[in-house]
Amino acid sequence: MGEKVNRLRFRKLRQTGAFSLLWFAGAVSVLIMVFVVGYVIFKGFVHLTPDFFTTPPRGGLSGEGGISSTIIATVYLVICTLIVATPLGVGAGVFLIEYADNLKSSMIKKFVALARFGVETLAGVPSIIFGLFGYALFVTAMHFGFSILSAALAGSCLVIPVIIRTTEEALKAVPDSYRYASLAMGASRWETIRKVVLPSAVTGISTGLILSAGRIVSETAIFYVTLGGSYRTPTSIMSSGRTMALHVYYLAMETRAFDKAMATGAVLVVLIIIINLVINVISRRLSAETGS
Amino acid sequence: MTGKQRLESVVKYVLMFSALMSILIVVMIGIFTFREAIPAFREIGIIKLLTGTVWRPGQGQYGILAMIAGSGLVTLGAVVIGVPLALGCAIFLSEIAPPAVKSIVRPSIELLAGIPSVVYGLFGMVVIVPLVRNIDVPGNTGFGLLSASIVLAVMILPTISSVSEYAIRSVPKRFREGSFAMGATKWETMTKVILPGARSGIMSAIILGLGRALGETIAMIMVIGNSVIIPFASTDNPLSIFLSRARTLTGNIAVEINYATGLHESALFATGVILFILIMLMNSSARMLIGRKKWEKK
Repeated sequence: MGEKVNRLRFRKLRQTGAFSLLWFAGAVSVLIMVFVVGYVIFKGFVHLTPDFFTTPPRGGLSGEGGISSTIIATVYLVICTLIVATPLGVGAGVFLIEYADNLKSSMIKKFVALARFGVETLAGVPSIIFGLFGYALFVTAMHFGFSILSAALAGSCLVIPVIIRTTEEALKAVPDSYRYASLAMGASRWETIRKVVLPSAVTGISTGLILSAGRIVSETAIFYVTLGGSYRTPTSIMSSGRTMALHVYYLAMETRAFDKAMATGAVLVVLIIIINLVINVISRRLSAETGS
Repeated sequence: MTGKQRLESVVKYVLMFSALMSILIVVMIGIFTFREAIPAFREIGIIKLLTGTVWRPGQGQYGILAMIAGSGLVTLGAVVIGVPLALGCAIFLSEIAPPAVKSIVRPSIELLAGIPSVVYGLFGMVVIVPLVRNIDVPGNTGFGLLSASIVLAVMILPTISSVSEYAIRSVPKRFREGSFAMGATKWETMTKVILPGARSGIMSAIILGLGRALGETIAMIMVIGNSVIIPFASTDNPLSIFLSRARTLTGNIAVEINYATGLHESALFATGVILFILIMLMNSSARMLIGRKKWEKK
């Protein structure tokens, strides 16, 4: 009997040991986050002045100046990418949810399977491959050169899967009763989608767009090979440019201006935190709505 | 056909076209990178490209073995450091963390996933590299495989952790209850019932993490040192190989593509094709593993 009690005690002890290791793993991941984010923000904020946001980089090897032109290039690029990617991504999401499930044609069923395979594959492609593709097709073959246009086209490959997935989720959350009610009133399928389904899914879809904007802001590899890296303020869609993320890279690697790089990095990290918070708030509100 | 019906079918086909856009892009990526890579495959030959130890584009020598070794070793290092931590987090979050703790740990890991890779690279250059430089081995500059592996381990942690957590969660409750009813402790239930049940999901999580590691570019360029050499151990301790500088396949493409011409450019595209195929194979095997749930009733 005593031996059995001992054995149980040993088993309990082993569990305690294992559990403390698991707690440790959880704690370490939080500490890593706090350390990386804290370090970048703390070290970067020291060098942040109002001037930093309003003056352009001085260029050359000086590493002097601010980041105003890189902010403009980033905003420009985000807008252009979303203009290309949003219709395609939302359209694909609508097709996969609203049309795909009740199609009788076997050919269209095959198309749907193919489309889903495409989305999954595209989501796994590493960004340097998108860059290489963009360089070969848009920069060289189509003669767009190193430009916002080339970068936006290559960048939309990165975010199309993101938009499709969030659109699908948002559409799935719209109750079928809405669709039935609209169809019963004599509305056609497209009218139902346009006037009933999409308006109730618009918040969910917007999280996908915000998420995509975040991906473009943080991406470097694609734009390193398609955007050209000019520190001047872009004036048109054919201008070369430099996003904030790309600016961090050039500052760190070419001029070793770590202070300025850290300051730009801090701006990026704060942006990403805000984007994460906004998405969390929206999705919490959405799940509260559907729950009630 | 009325105008309304015509609009309906036009809309349907427009939407179908956008749905097929993804596969179209994948096909175009395949075609365009492969087309550019053909001269390299033809003139250098795939065997020579893969096994050549010298990469000197100026002298017509195109071997990417050094970069294959660099990518392989840095990924190995990242897995050794990152996988235990990521799995620990996944088990912690899915099995034992109280809700309040969960609501801190999970957003932290999500945020780690959102941090731009260029910021990881910068952090690596400013914090990790100087730390690694303290290791007293001849020729150690801090830039190299170890620093890159540490940075990469943090970068793949969110992928592995979230996919594994999902896999652990999807093990049916009845398995757990059955194990408890037999008198097993919580830890015994985890190691002998839940983790084996989630094994294929966890495997796929690790493979997805490997794919991400192989594809990472900017952060690697910033901390790995970028020397085109086959990493070597500079002391008797074979582990000192990790203090060697190296270059990854992705880094080689990014650093050289903008000025490369002719066969050199083609060889970089060939590197891209090889990388693309490798990562596609890994991702689809991961997907197959996720799809396979052996406990599902037929």
